[in-house]
Amino acid sequence: MKRLKPVDVVIAGGGWTGLLLAKEITHRTGLSVVVLERGPARKSSDYATGMDELDYVVRLRMMQNLADETLTHRHNAKASAVPVRQYGSFQPGTGTGGAGEHWGALSFRFPEETFQLGSHIRGKYADKLPPNVQAQDWGLTYDDLEANYYRAEQLMGVGGKAGNLKGAKVPGGNPFEAPRQHEYPLPPHKPTYVTELFRRSCVDMGLHPYPVPTATASQAYKNPDGVQRAGCMYCGYCTRFGCMVGAKAQPTNTLLPLLVNRKKFELRNGCQVRRVLHKDGKAEALSYIDPTGEECEQPAGLVILSSWTLNNTRLLLMSKIGEAYDPATGKGTVGRNLTHQVSANIRVFLDKPLNSFMGSGGLGFCIDDFDADNAFDAKAGLLRGGALRMTSTGEGPLASFGQIPPGEVEAEWGAEWKKSALKWWDKSAAISFEGGHFPYRQNYLDLDPSYTDKFGDPLIRLTLDWTDHERAQTDMAVKHGSEIARAMGGKVGGTRGVGARYSVTYYQSTHIQGGTIVGGSPEASVLNSYGQHWQMPNLFMTGGSTFPQSASGNPTLTIIAMTYRMADAVIDRYMKHQGSLL
Amino acid sequence: MKRREFLTVPVKSLGGLLLYTVAGEPIRLAAQENGRVKIPLLYLTEAEARVVQAACARIIPSDESGPGATEANVIVYIDRQLAGPWGRDKYRYTKGPWVESMAEHGYQAKENPQQIYRAGIPELGDDFGSAPPAEQDKRLKAIEKTMFFRLLRTHTIEGMFSDPLHGGNAGLIGWQLIGYPGPLMSYRDEIDKYHGMPFRAKPKSLEMVTGKKVKGLEDDRG
Repeated sequence: MKRLKPVDVVIAGGGWTGLLLAKEITHRTGLSVVVLERGPARKSSDYATGMDELDYVVRLRMMQNLADETLTHRHNAKASAVPVRQYGSFQPGTGTGGAGEHWGALSFRFPEETFQLGSHIRGKYADKLPPNVQAQDWGLTYDDLEANYYRAEQLMGVGGKAGNLKGAKVPGGNPFEAPRQHEYPLPPHKPTYVTELFRRSCVDMGLHPYPVPTATASQAYKNPDGVQRAGCMYCGYCTRFGCMVGAKAQPTNTLLPLLVNRKKFELRNGCQVRRVLHKDGKAEALSYIDPTGEECEQPAGLVILSSWTLNNTRLLLMSKIGEAYDPATGKGTVGRNLTHQVSANIRVFLDKPLNSFMGSGGLGFCIDDFDADNAFDAKAGLLRGGALRMTSTGEGPLASFGQIPPGEVEAEWGAEWKKSALKWWDKSAAISFEGGHFPYRQNYLDLDPSYTDKFGDPLIRLTLDWTDHERAQTDMAVKHGSEIARAMGGKVGGTRGVGARYSVTYYQSTHIQGGTIVGGSPEASVLNSYGQHWQMPNLFMTGGSTFPQSASGNPTLTIIAMTYRMADAVIDRYMKHQGSLL
Repeated sequence: MKRREFLTVPVKSLGGLLLYTVAGEPIRLAAQENGRVKIPLLYLTEAEARVVQAACARIIPSDESGPGATEANVIVYIDRQLAGPWGRDKYRYTKGPWVESMAEHGYQAKENPQQIYRAGIPELGDDFGSAPPAEQDKRLKAIEKTMFFRLLRTHTIEGMFSDPLHGGNAGLIGWQLIGYPGPLMSYRDEIDKYHGMPFRAKPKSLEMVTGKKVKGLEDDRG
């Protein structure tokens, strides 16, 4: 065991939040920061030759290698869990930049009431709540985050169209969005044929489409830190890829350039953090295995866990910090409020070629007409909905060949199938749905008793299943999505909702959330709203694991906004008076 | 050491066939006088490769709608994938206990893709390659629900339409068949002009676009 020289701040995880905190701290203070990243070093230039659908989309070259570490899943606490042996309903990243390298860059703000969802739904739907809903307040409001949302949008050069500027509705934007103080830093992407058709059809139906806000720069952009990025080329090698021109905001092109030459900053790759070492209610060091296999201890005054969402919970459980959540009693906080997102898909077949290989991860339009409270339908048992979108993300031939309207041919191979696949190639697209997922008492995280990672540590175990509410969400999505598809002049192809049971076999979104949540009290949350541990004030946590429930929007923008808020509190207040920020 | 196995395939181009060695080095096999090249196999035996090749040719046949798996050298793609880390399950969680579970938990069996192929090929019969097409289809139909067939079908599509750096899509024949232009660097000028109209530029491979030789994951022998 190697005990290293103490530093001021040690951070587990070199993704968006770990590197953002490192940047803020090293630029605004004289403190020393070490970031421990389990995966390989990455830089923007690595992506110049990465435009290969097979290795990146099918073999998932940028993701965590499941041979080393995975998770286990079961549908309820009575069942025994089995390991997720291959991907997967979500795709954790690894390496410098983490999932922030291969994300799609969709950058939504959450609706205002998301942050008070517990009080909101209990006030509004007291008598209609499904059993065991454990929605909670975050201990902060949208107003606490508004300025930080804008900092996040500026950092990444988010392009979009405001729908609510200081309370005034703006045509073309999202009329349901929370008020914003500023227009987006950049305009939206250029539309494609199919996204424009979706937009027009929605308008004709009286719906309110708006451009998906995206952190892939729509034109050359220089952010307030002075970091410059090129505009998007619409090459379509975007989600699951690193951006070859650096148009998509990624930690390697947005934060790393500001860190590489900082004397008091060090990024150590290939270092897997296994425990937070602590004594008498104080975090003392991170224990990790370095690339040579040696066990190391990095002591620090301030310890921050910024690893991928499930790993944050796993680290607390393995380090025996706080009380593990018990769904039987509802006691304990570590592992509670596990949520995913509620997703559905509606395939639309059209009579024109779409050039669907062109695009960008967030290119397209979205409607919130059926999101959040807009979806309320007592008869259907539906309280909260979700967002419907049509995006042209860049679909390669491996994904698009063989998309045929159902019933057209019987076989899935052979001459007739080939003929039909050729006829329909590049003539279909998907309307996708993402909805917020309620947290339930029975969905949670703990350590698996049987399965271990390559170091022999227990895997994280997900106890997670859908309820009637999620099925009502996706039934609603398929109904409205199909209506839009027909209004587009299309033929509705295959559709899917969440189904009878949670499945790990198909991709839904990488937005697993909860486990180490923020909140208003230590009885029902692990962290205060600054991400500071209630019982261990020199331990902070960032990322999706801190969200009490998911929203329909992709979480990254909110994760970054929350991290800015934490950075200010740590730098301006905690460093002056070490102790609880509340 | 096992005897080196080869598969003989016809090539259209006079330049022969670009392949990669076990070390990931590109080599060009010159066509013999009869217009055929001998491809060194990395995992499959020659007999196995003939069965797989014939099966792929039924999944994406060569017919009046255009070339198929045979012309694209899908067999080369499959052999390399099987020999590489994916074929040996270097990306799958392979610790026990091994238990059977429900469909929602996906493939939970121990066998890796190499083993699935080795056990699956004999199910089609030694004479599969020389059997009449109708008989071949009958035998494939009989194994349609197996993991082996699911892999075979997926791999045929992958070998047909993935970048030629992986060994299939020979001469970009798969991309020409559908009109996919390959990994072009930019559609900035085209994206809002080709609305409802096909953009079908002459395909280019990743190597042609970037001017660099790119190694696939299958060449990682670690």
